[in-house]
Amino acid sequence: MSIPLPVFVAVPLVTAFLLPIFGRKGKAGATVLANLATVSLLVLAVASIGQSGVYEIGKWSIPLGINLVLDGLSSLLLLAISVVSTAAMLFSSRYMERYTAKEKYLSLFMLMVAGMNGVVLSGDIFNLFVFLEIASIASYALVGFGCEHEELEASFKYMVLGSIASIFILFGVALVYGNTGSLNMAYISKAIQGSGLNAGLGFALCLFIVGFGLKAALVPFHAWLPDAHPSAPAPISAMLSGILIKTLGVYALSRVIFNVFGISISVGWLLIILGLLSMVAGAFLAIGQWDLKRLMAYSSISQIGYVVLGIGLGGLIIAKGGNLAWASLAILGGLFHLVNHSVYKSLLFLTSGSVEMSTGTRQMRQMGGLAEKMPVTRAACTIASASIVGIPPFSGFWSKLILVIAAIQAHFYWVAAIIVFVSLCTLIMYLKVQRYVFLGELPASLRQTEENKGTMLVAMVFLACLCVLMGLLVIVPSLKANILEPAVKVLTDGLSYSANLIGT
Amino acid sequence: MPYALCFLLFVIGLYCAAVKKNMVKIVIGIMVMEYAVNLFLIMLGYRTGGTAPIIDKTCLEPGTEQIAASFINTSVDPLPQALVLTAIVISLGSLALMISICIRTYSKYGTFDITEIRRLKG
Repeated sequence: MSIPLPVFVAVPLVTAFLLPIFGRKGKAGATVLANLATVSLLVLAVASIGQSGVYEIGKWSIPLGINLVLDGLSSLLLLAISVVSTAAMLFSSRYMERYTAKEKYLSLFMLMVAGMNGVVLSGDIFNLFVFLEIASIASYALVGFGCEHEELEASFKYMVLGSIASIFILFGVALVYGNTGSLNMAYISKAIQGSGLNAGLGFALCLFIVGFGLKAALVPFHAWLPDAHPSAPAPISAMLSGILIKTLGVYALSRVIFNVFGISISVGWLLIILGLLSMVAGAFLAIGQWDLKRLMAYSSISQIGYVVLGIGLGGLIIAKGGNLAWASLAILGGLFHLVNHSVYKSLLFLTSGSVEMSTGTRQMRQMGGLAEKMPVTRAACTIASASIVGIPPFSGFWSKLILVIAAIQAHFYWVAAIIVFVSLCTLIMYLKVQRYVFLGELPASLRQTEENKGTMLVAMVFLACLCVLMGLLVIVPSLKANILEPAVKVLTDGLSYSANLIGT
Repeated sequence: MPYALCFLLFVIGLYCAAVKKNMVKIVIGIMVMEYAVNLFLIMLGYRTGGTAPIIDKTCLEPGTEQIAASFINTSVDPLPQALVLTAIVISLGSLALMISICIRTYSKYGTFDITEIRRLKG
């Protein structure tokens, strides 16, 4: 059974516009409807694994109309988006009770999901920009949702940098259209293969790298992330760090570089350098933080570096004409780390939200000894920390192991050394979280702290189970062959994307 | 030449957004960038002395019912206009949000100067 692709965009979009109708009285109804929508998207995403297809909107054939494309990489991202959004929505059903205008929050949340699903499915570069803007504008509003001093400041900063990134991307789209006469990614790719890169297209590629780099918060462009992610409500931090920077940044960047422009040696090196810079700088900046969510936000920068590093390393090997198996291994490591990071980082942000809700503070100096008061949150946080650090049975270990093996295989020994070194820095920062939040002496002011109940626990336990089980994705061959390998193949095949799609 | 001027407009907008200290001026700078890109898109489809790309009976070759070559050679490209319409709608949405955030920030901090709005550090 094949799934009609517009459903992935239509379900959240329709839900987003239905939710405000419930108004203030029907808050429970709106919450149930929003949860139903995210769960049904999760079911659809699981059902879409292993499928591929093209949907032509309005039956206009490919170069004329807009098309949606489902391939391995899209379905991997769809799965990650729906897992994180299901957990975050469950968590917000209870967490968001203390804010006013909950139905507006739910509506913006669904708009963001619609935008992200659209970005991963779109086969048309202008359409990709439109969906990217839907997701971005919803996220700007969500970051400033609390309307307090810090939230507004962070939201403005995020919005200025995000808007500049969007304009760069639109400028790139315009240049590409001017030079190739097409907006369909497959046709653009075919035209570029025919004519080669000229100055205009080279400039467009630079604009895309800067634009998507800003959206992904890679290190020279990361200034907005450590403000925006902690200021948002906790489930939104989980969505932003867990999945938004990956969909709008890493996915869009790798789609444009690998499948449209074609990877070259210089771009491969650029990705590796951006990745390494993000890893090292993010980790160093994170260690010094005393704000729990700010520490996690910096660690997101560091972790996104791993993803970009893996993809860049694979791209460099392909561009040099090296061993394709090595390249696939590096890209597999990058993409697997992307999925892992979306699960454990959203779990970490949810636990931070749980701690913040119970204690009323985010400052680690004012906490301590919460292990007895909040056993479930503590267990979830420990599992996620073990995952992000890379302790063997948990998910993060496998993706880091694959990255290290790929780097050694390709004779990039210093890259492997940096990966291990940054893992040690990650260990330090999460030991700090464990030490100051959950262990040590319980301050007198926190004696009355209680564990949160209900859906918040369900969401955390759900993600914690995934953290433990994700290692199976690479160990069990059938899962690996169905979920990860098709996604890797999309990137290693590179420019044959257009040939597959146009069918020449 | 028009392309160079358009690029100059883009750079002016970028400079304004990067250097100015006033929140409203930053918003204006971003909008100047947005309009420069819109102008660029319109220029891509522009053709001196072009006609509107609407096909009616006079555009068809008599007899063969094919679109006349003269129509293809003189009509402007309609696609960039559709793109610009979409881009304007999007930028309107983000402009409205940006201005409302500026207003809320002013009511909290009592200033538009971003050097004085600095609670977040690190």
